[in-house]
Amino acid sequence: MISFQSVGKTFARAPVPALVDVSLEIAPGEVFGVIGQSGAGKSTLVRLINGIERPSRGKVVTDGEDVGALDAQALRGLRRRVGMIFQHFNLLSSKTVAANVAFPLKVAGVPRGQIAGRVAELLDRVGLADQARKYPAQLSGGQKQRVGIARALANGPKILLCDEATSALDPQTTEQILDLLAGLNRELGLTIVLITHEMEVVRRVCHRVAVLDAGAVVESGEVAEVFLHPQHPVTRALVADAAGLIVDQGRGAGPTLRLTFRGATTYEPILGRIARDTGVDYSILAGRIDKIRDEPYGQLLVSLVGGDVAQARARLIAAGVRVEEA
Amino acid sequence: MLANINWADIGQATLDTLVMLGGSLGFSVLLGLPLGVILFLTAPRQLLANRPANMALSFIVNVLRSVPFVILLIVMIPLTVLLVGTSLGVAGAIPPLVVGAAPFYARLVETALREVDKGVIEAGQAMGATPRQIVFGALLPEAMPGIIAGATVTAIALVSYTAMAGVVGAGGLGDLAIRFGYQRFQTDVMVVTVVMLLALVQGLQWAGDRLIIKVSRR
Repeated sequence: MISFQSVGKTFARAPVPALVDVSLEIAPGEVFGVIGQSGAGKSTLVRLINGIERPSRGKVVTDGEDVGALDAQALRGLRRRVGMIFQHFNLLSSKTVAANVAFPLKVAGVPRGQIAGRVAELLDRVGLADQARKYPAQLSGGQKQRVGIARALANGPKILLCDEATSALDPQTTEQILDLLAGLNRELGLTIVLITHEMEVVRRVCHRVAVLDAGAVVESGEVAEVFLHPQHPVTRALVADAAGLIVDQGRGAGPTLRLTFRGATTYEPILGRIARDTGVDYSILAGRIDKIRDEPYGQLLVSLVGGDVAQARARLIAAGVRVEEA
Repeated sequence: MLANINWADIGQATLDTLVMLGGSLGFSVLLGLPLGVILFLTAPRQLLANRPANMALSFIVNVLRSVPFVILLIVMIPLTVLLVGTSLGVAGAIPPLVVGAAPFYARLVETALREVDKGVIEAGQAMGATPRQIVFGALLPEAMPGIIAGATVTAIALVSYTAMAGVVGAGGLGDLAIRFGYQRFQTDVMVVTVVMLLALVQGLQWAGDRLIIKVSRR
């Protein structure tokens, strides 16, 4: 659906490139996260997809079109098939909620008679049917982002770009907006590209993720894999913020292992059973049991003491637990 | 106390001022608004960024704004005759007033547009809007309070410009104040005309503020 082929971007008068040799493939119908610290190049990356920025090198293909090669008119055509929402919502403060949602329809030349019906439908979709006549200043942050989403969906896009769409929202509102996005992905088959600096956001809704640092993709893959087994220091830092599996080194009495349970094994009494059978005692130094999208997982940092540690390891692995040295 | 006051003169002068003000304000907005929009759009990193065009327009605006209005009245005489058939009276004053005020208003419009959140423009781009659709659908509505405030400031500046229009025999309250109040030491005329001008300025500011409240949704 979206393809980055060795894309580089350097801004005039900028000392360092914003993006360096980025290659990515985003499949139709997936929720793809791009995570990185501020200044990593996330905003530039997402703006290459709809041609608000043009690549300095390489090629960006969105919905079958080479974005960099399109003329202004073709680019506008593409943008009508790609919705975008923003951190600060970017609504028109001078217009009502309904008029904000109607704007992209007018832009696309939708006949006047059809606009009101379509606007009502969109506002209903985002749960704002009763707010149509209000102005953005009268809405809460979450409601404003819902208007943003309704506006982005107006022309029935196949792709939705989310530029830090929940970064200005409180955790509870963030959750509601993410649920809404996940629902749109499920029900409309919408491809979503979501950029964020919060691992929590990626964990909740994304299928795959790319980690961006200093303009380069340093790690990418399935969210559970990247989240549970981060390789790059930047990824580790981002995950540590979210997972909280931080422990003082050397506190455990024996070897410290990171155990990762996924899916059904998360809820099974594996650890206790194996401890009993092998005579190994364990102390849990840190741990978290949660979900990645809908898949449960558990991750424990344990220190093993006494008994047959090697056998305990083997049994854990046999039971489907991933075991790593911490 | 008001021995020197000829109320018919005052009435005529008030009317002249109002006609000059109305005519010149209308044309100043008509010319200054598009000029301000173009100045904004052609600036670096804006929608229609165009350095040569922006520099040229900006230079013209600065030239017109740096010519003292009294001088503008005189140097414009040939052009004024061409435009309105005379360089005298109320009609003769309007073209120089417009040329004096339109560039001023254009700058105020440009400033008002710069105050609009850049994200609004980006949202317009992202939905595939043409620059024209962004200007009329997003930029101008968002900048409307500033655009109206600019028109108010311009109107009040025009009130003081009209005082100088007496040079071409346009009359008006300011002219009365200079010729009778100042040059003939008729303090009462001075006071009355200044009070009339004050009322006018107050009225304009009040109307502008009311209008801004009406269009502000922030």
